[in-house]
Amino acid sequence: MASIKINREKCKGCMLCISVCPKKQIKRDEALNKRGINPVIFLDSGCNGCTLCAVVCPDMAIEVYK
Amino acid sequence: MKKIFSRTESLCEADTHYCSGCGHGLVHRLVAEAIDELGIREATIGITPVGCAVVAYNYWNFDCVESPHGRCLAIATAIKRLQPQQIVFTYQGDGDLAAIGTAETVHAANRGENLTVIFINNAVYGMTGGQMAPTTLIGQKTATSPEGRNAKNDGLPLKISEMLAGLAGVYSIERVSTDSPKEIFKTKQAIKSAFKNQMENKGFSLVEILSACPTYLGLSPLESMDWIRNTMSKEFPLGKIK
Repeated sequence: MASIKINREKCKGCMLCISVCPKKQIKRDEALNKRGINPVIFLDSGCNGCTLCAVVCPDMAIEVYK
Repeated sequence: MKKIFSRTESLCEADTHYCSGCGHGLVHRLVAEAIDELGIREATIGITPVGCAVVAYNYWNFDCVESPHGRCLAIATAIKRLQPQQIVFTYQGDGDLAAIGTAETVHAANRGENLTVIFINNAVYGMTGGQMAPTTLIGQKTATSPEGRNAKNDGLPLKISEMLAGLAGVYSIERVSTDSPKEIFKTKQAIKSAFKNQMENKGFSLVEILSACPTYLGLSPLESMDWIRNTMSKEFPLGKIK
């Protein structure tokens, strides 16, 4: 089982990671971060560690573990 | 569990000032990864432009020089000639490389300087407020072309890569994109091979990267990716040009 770690303070809420996740494991958080934007959160129910979310992230806010 | 994707050594921990969905942060990472994979971090000198990426030196963990507007390649030429053992690259946007710096760009390419150029083409001036750039598409609305760019008044989009490919001094030109993971992998390979060319003394290599500016395209980050894929890359076709 793989997982990702999202740095919610680095996330700028572009949501590009959501669009590429094949397992739909990322969603928009309703709570705001310190920047005052809605970051993304990890659902942790079946990540396959493909790293696509981290590859498209413009802000290097995602780390991947496998 | 093992960490399989994390920040590379050449990329600082600092948060970038870029807007949400901006392509600069992504390309900064690809450049840093290419440099670390080639093991040239200690030998690299980056030249940063004037434009949104003006403070890229705060985000990279290797030596950088900030250039006057458009003069990156003049400075890069001087550094490379004085210290030919260093790996020298410029990172420039379309306003810097294709507008105010056109003369420096064309002549450095024509002299066949052994340099690597990372050219970010987002079809708009980002830093100064979304004005029309030389690379703005026909019909594209910007602050200075509110009705859309009109070829009769404003000229046609400037295709720097095709233009430079005609010069005998140029070794390699490739146009890549950042609109999908597949294209991002290709972009990294293109950046890496442009650095390799310099390490092997092959000459002037330029990588043009189609990148998103969601703020001044007036689109969401996701719509900007579709715009690059379906609209921009029709005007600026991807692939190896030389």
